[in-house]
Amino acid sequence: MPDAEFTNQLEQHRGYLMRVAHLQLRDPDVAEDAVQETLLAALAGSGFSGKSSLRTWLTGILKHKIVDAIRRKQRDAVPVATLLGTGGDANIDDLDGLFREDGAWDSAPAPWGNPEDALAQRQFFDVMDMCLDKLPAATARVFVMREVLELETDEICKELAITANNLWVILYRARVALRICLEQNWFAGQARG
Amino acid sequence: MLLHRLTHMLSCQDASRLLSQMQDRPLFVREWVKLRLHLAVCNACSRFAEQLRFLRRAMKAYRG
Repeated sequence: MPDAEFTNQLEQHRGYLMRVAHLQLRDPDVAEDAVQETLLAALAGSGFSGKSSLRTWLTGILKHKIVDAIRRKQRDAVPVATLLGTGGDANIDDLDGLFREDGAWDSAPAPWGNPEDALAQRQFFDVMDMCLDKLPAATARVFVMREVLELETDEICKELAITANNLWVILYRARVALRICLEQNWFAGQARG
Repeated sequence: MLLHRLTHMLSCQDASRLLSQMQDRPLFVREWVKLRLHLAVCNACSRFAEQLRFLRRAMKAYRG
């Protein structure tokens, strides 16, 4: 019989799991199913050792559910290359205005003060959510696969049928865009203080 | 020839791409050497490098 307290603890992570699943799968029903399966697997399994945080452990289970869902959807899915609007070959040179023609920074990164302080603040992660939402859907999906689900680059290339070079370009764009978004919406007010 | 290839300076744009890619693949030695040389003289790219490393830590913290 499921332990009521453990069930409660699991429920606290449902919102987070839904956000991650939704970024990956884009279909609310499919995302809901993946999260539901994750929570059921967590209840049924005895794999949680307490060595990692509960959320890390759940993320690991969700990763497998998402990969399964992507495989099931593969036949009718729109290729990521199409979503990116690149015709398959991601172009790195369209980050307008970031660099001058000679490759020097046009607006160089600003100092962020002591950024580690941000990690202790809940609002920082709300800003992070907002910044992830502002990325193009396909870009956000690839970034979350790499940085939250921690898939290896060759796994991502295989799942999405893109080249390693395309993947590096997509991740570069995601990081550059997130860096700017965090700077504008969080660190701009901090460093001056 | 080799010396020329090693010391040919990267632009900030090239350096920023390598800094992102080093989170996804091991750099070739010649890329790494050029990047170190660039970072030694470029504050803006050194800051960018730190901020990319922070972004990765932040995503780990986001995951919990």
